[in-house]
Amino acid sequence: MSKIYVSATVNGRPEDVLCEAHQTLLDLLRDEIGLTGTKEGCGTGDCGACTVLLDDRLVCSCLVLAPEADGKEITTVEGIADSQDGLHVVQQKLLEHAALQCGVCTPGFVVAAKALLDKDPNPDEKTIRYWLAGNLCRCTGYDKIIRAVQDAAQELTPTK
Amino acid sequence: MSNFGYVAPSTVEETLAVLQRATDQGQRTQILAGGTDVIVQFRSLDSSHRLFVDIKSLKETNDVRIENEHIFVGAAIPSGVLNENAELKALFPGLLEAADLIGSTQIQGRASIGGNLCNSSPAGDTIPALIVNSALCVIATSEGTRTVPSEKFVTGVGRNCLAAHEFLLGFQIPRPSAGTGDAYLRFIPRTEMDIAVAGAAVSLSLNHEGICERARVSIGAVAPTPLLVSSAAEALVGTTADEDALQQAAQACSDAAQPITDKRGTVEYRRKVVGVLCRRAGAIAKDRALSNRN
Repeated sequence: MSKIYVSATVNGRPEDVLCEAHQTLLDLLRDEIGLTGTKEGCGTGDCGACTVLLDDRLVCSCLVLAPEADGKEITTVEGIADSQDGLHVVQQKLLEHAALQCGVCTPGFVVAAKALLDKDPNPDEKTIRYWLAGNLCRCTGYDKIIRAVQDAAQELTPTK
Repeated sequence: MSNFGYVAPSTVEETLAVLQRATDQGQRTQILAGGTDVIVQFRSLDSSHRLFVDIKSLKETNDVRIENEHIFVGAAIPSGVLNENAELKALFPGLLEAADLIGSTQIQGRASIGGNLCNSSPAGDTIPALIVNSALCVIATSEGTRTVPSEKFVTGVGRNCLAAHEFLLGFQIPRPSAGTGDAYLRFIPRTEMDIAVAGAAVSLSLNHEGICERARVSIGAVAPTPLLVSSAAEALVGTTADEDALQQAAQACSDAAQPITDKRGTVEYRRKVVGVLCRRAGAIAKDRALSNRN
């Protein structure tokens, strides 16, 4: 079978690439488009390291076939930071709280946490923990990540 | 040369034609909805060549129609999307909770009830909840559509009644009458994202005197397929679904279970736990029925 043409918008930029039917969106992003910020952890949808936004919904890019991306809008960790103001507040707070060590899980946490705060700017701790339950981290013990997201929420809605 | 293919037809007719053509040519087809089971199994168990037929571009598989008699829920709608539908949640809280038990936020952005049923795992959480709600599976065939009761859909571990040239469009679920409530509970050894050791769903309808006039009970992860347990339902009908009746329904579930021993639990444990889950789900369904009586 011939390769499949995929035209998608990735981090606001149009991307036209060729892929195989059985490649994943993760393969497409890393190997064809060259966006290696998104990491492969388990490859089975358990760890969340490959989390991206697909038409504004969080997905594991390892569990999306590459041709499914045709016509879709995708946001990866590379599309989170504001080009003018530097890091997104979630990224800045992860740094300030030392909420990462090896960093492999971090891109997934950044994309997932930003999606949560876009949907619910003032989530309680339980909401944050459930929302991020699909992102595994073997270094931090999670508490620092949760504090960083709480702090980011605080900064985004300082009145509360 | 790669013998993989991917198509995302935009109509039911086109999908059926693709399936028929591939079947005639001896090519393996794989229906793709959310892919959260299909792609995992493809990558870990069986990566043989196939044509992926994505059914997410169809209007029918994404449709939710809430009508007087029936509710139609498309097969490919992600559970995260379903759980944002307040009207559906109010109609079938047990079914929507079962969907919400499956997977993380990321998985719920993709995983569908239709996929959960078609994966046909003994432990599929939404299947007992579909069964107690008397959901009819609407299947697209070359002759039009056919319907199969949800309790008859799964025929064995990972097997179901779909032919190679057919696919699931969605579910037609009768609108619950006044005084009806449903619930689904499962047991897992952790609090999130695990496969059920046992599960039980109950739907019951109470009349104005609080007497149970109709009940359905279904259990999961304790037999090769999810089971409709009519003896458990009979133990509830004609009672107020009080503790005694719920206990009898629980015993009927334990008796009906045909579990296996594996890493998740033993035969004895599953048999006992499935009864406990039935009793507790029954109590929740009763409370919901009582608050739905007008």
